[in-house]
Amino acid sequence: MKKIFKLEDLDCANCAAKMEEKINKIDGVKSASVSFVTQKMTIETDDDIDEIMKKVVKICKKIEPDMSIIM
Amino acid sequence: MLACLIAASKLTDGFNGYLKLGLFLAVYLIIGWDVLFSAVRNIVRGQVFDENFLMTIATVGAMFTGEYPEGVAVMLFYQVGEWFQKYAVGKSRRSITELMDIRPDYANVVREGKTVTVSPEEVQPGEIISIAPGEKIPLDCVIVKGSTTVNCSALTGESLPRSAAEGDELISGSINLSGLIRAEVKCEFAQSTVSKILDMVENSASKKAKSEAFITRFARYYTPAVVISAVLLAVIAPLFFHGVWSEWIHRALIFLVVSCPCALVISVPLSFFGGIGGASRHGILVKGANYLEALSKVGTVVFDKTGTLTKGVFYVTAVHPEEISEKELLRLAAYAESYSKHPIAESIKREYGKDIDTDQIKAIDEISGMGIKAELQDVTVHVGNGKLMDSIHANWHECHQQGTVVHIAVNNEYMGHIVISDVVKDDSKDCITAIKALGVGKTVILTGDSKNVADAVAKELNIDEVYSQLMPGDKVEIVERLLTGKQKKSTLAFVGDGINDAPVITRADVGIAMGALGSDAAIESADIVLMDDKPSKLATAMRISQKTMGIVRQNIVFALAVKALVLILGAFGIANMWFAVFADVGVSVIAILNAMRAMKIKKQGTISKGEVPL
Repeated sequence: MKKIFKLEDLDCANCAAKMEEKINKIDGVKSASVSFVTQKMTIETDDDIDEIMKKVVKICKKIEPDMSIIM
Repeated sequence: MLACLIAASKLTDGFNGYLKLGLFLAVYLIIGWDVLFSAVRNIVRGQVFDENFLMTIATVGAMFTGEYPEGVAVMLFYQVGEWFQKYAVGKSRRSITELMDIRPDYANVVREGKTVTVSPEEVQPGEIISIAPGEKIPLDCVIVKGSTTVNCSALTGESLPRSAAEGDELISGSINLSGLIRAEVKCEFAQSTVSKILDMVENSASKKAKSEAFITRFARYYTPAVVISAVLLAVIAPLFFHGVWSEWIHRALIFLVVSCPCALVISVPLSFFGGIGGASRHGILVKGANYLEALSKVGTVVFDKTGTLTKGVFYVTAVHPEEISEKELLRLAAYAESYSKHPIAESIKREYGKDIDTDQIKAIDEISGMGIKAELQDVTVHVGNGKLMDSIHANWHECHQQGTVVHIAVNNEYMGHIVISDVVKDDSKDCITAIKALGVGKTVILTGDSKNVADAVAKELNIDEVYSQLMPGDKVEIVERLLTGKQKKSTLAFVGDGINDAPVITRADVGIAMGALGSDAAIESADIVLMDDKPSKLATAMRISQKTMGIVRQNIVFALAVKALVLILGAFGIANMWFAVFADVGVSVIAILNAMRAMKIKKQGTISKGEVPL
């Protein structure tokens, strides 16, 4: 399953790259991309997306606390 | 601001050290408190090499070495630069998104005799919508009442309006120009053409180009490397070579300011996004930055023939009678073929152009593999190939012209022949010339058609290799052979209509489907979709890709060169912190502005052949 989330207040391109790297390392995530330009996050997984998203939110909060993911 | 700072530093010359520090510290905090706050917060969260942190160290360090004005000014410049960068990115993002804005906002649906305005998502298939002139067509639909002209330029890049009447299909995203119409909705909004196109373009950012991945990887090592060099620079000379501490720390701080790879990390994806956005304006949909990158390096282009380079519609191209008039020959053939639905028969009937009086036809026999025998009022007509003529001992001969030849005999007497061929599209030749000028070394045609027809098309269009009389499976095999035979760095593109050649499209490095408006299969299987069926769009797509890649390279080289220069000058004590701030935010802003050029593509026709606009 592939899900796309809108991001708000993602102000730093380097942070987007960092998040992408970390999210890709989560168990169960097949592929993930965080686009600074389009302010969108794409996550592909076969596992429970809600469980994965909990981890994703944690990672994002750590790297860019001001950013929010529109679920 | 700058003048104020200088004045302030002059003024405070008279004060003692503490007062001076206090004044500057106050200004510094006003300007940069949010940077300091983020830096502290991020350290707590374990994010060390964060740009806020680096700026904080650099400016606070400058204050410690006694350079109060410099510390404050650098912070000020950094903040102004950041603000400008944010503004530029926001503006670029908006203008690219606007470029791709084909999303209809509302639909006027007719329910129980009343017209209600709802969002397109709420309309069900089968409902009737009303579309006024000037409105966007919200959903794919069929006109049930009225006639109008529509502008599909947002979808295809074609600015010539198309007329549509009752029974014609309309595609969502195009604009109704002249008449008030009512139309029946064909599918839900989620399945409509406009949603599919939007999805595709919006998702394109998740498929990253190699150069983008390279920059991200580079950024991961660049910052730590520069920070470590800064530390070494600060301690080595004072510890081992009797350097002055404050002098070397100051040099190290310059390193910290340039250690953020922002210019690259922002501008490279932004250039690709701009290129993809600009392409969509021309009716070229690119599914990812990686495909745009691959397209710029295409060395081999493989074309499907029918429907791609040729119109895929058969036309009568010559009528050669022996005894009777051209009109009479056509009439006989049209009557004999009157019941056939074969494309060749259709083309003869179309050329004849008059109604067929079926009363004149007494009997029609199809002779498998040869043609047709028709009993008309007082004559027997044979229409078919050479074999049919042989079977009735008619004295026939070959034609010198290329194409499918249909022979006609009346009462077993040869009367002449009609030549039917598929016609090459008007801009096919321009396309081949243009892509060769853009660096395509080899062009290939694959077709199931006969050898002489394929060879003739190839010769006319100046195509290098022809593979004819192929079965569908052969096409994949040939593409694989071409893939192994080509040079490593260049890529192979396949261009087809996307209906029958999905396996080949998937196999090629870049699969391009043409004339995809309304064809779901093509939109799904291809990497790049040309919304209309003009081969010259391929050249436009290549120009866009090469321009985008040029901008990406310029930005990478420019940003790295400036940073390297500042690092070197800084290490030798020549560059000051002003240089460094420019190398950080100044370069970012310039790179972003440069990236925006990728979006602007000149309309075809304003570009002379082979020229790559940069």
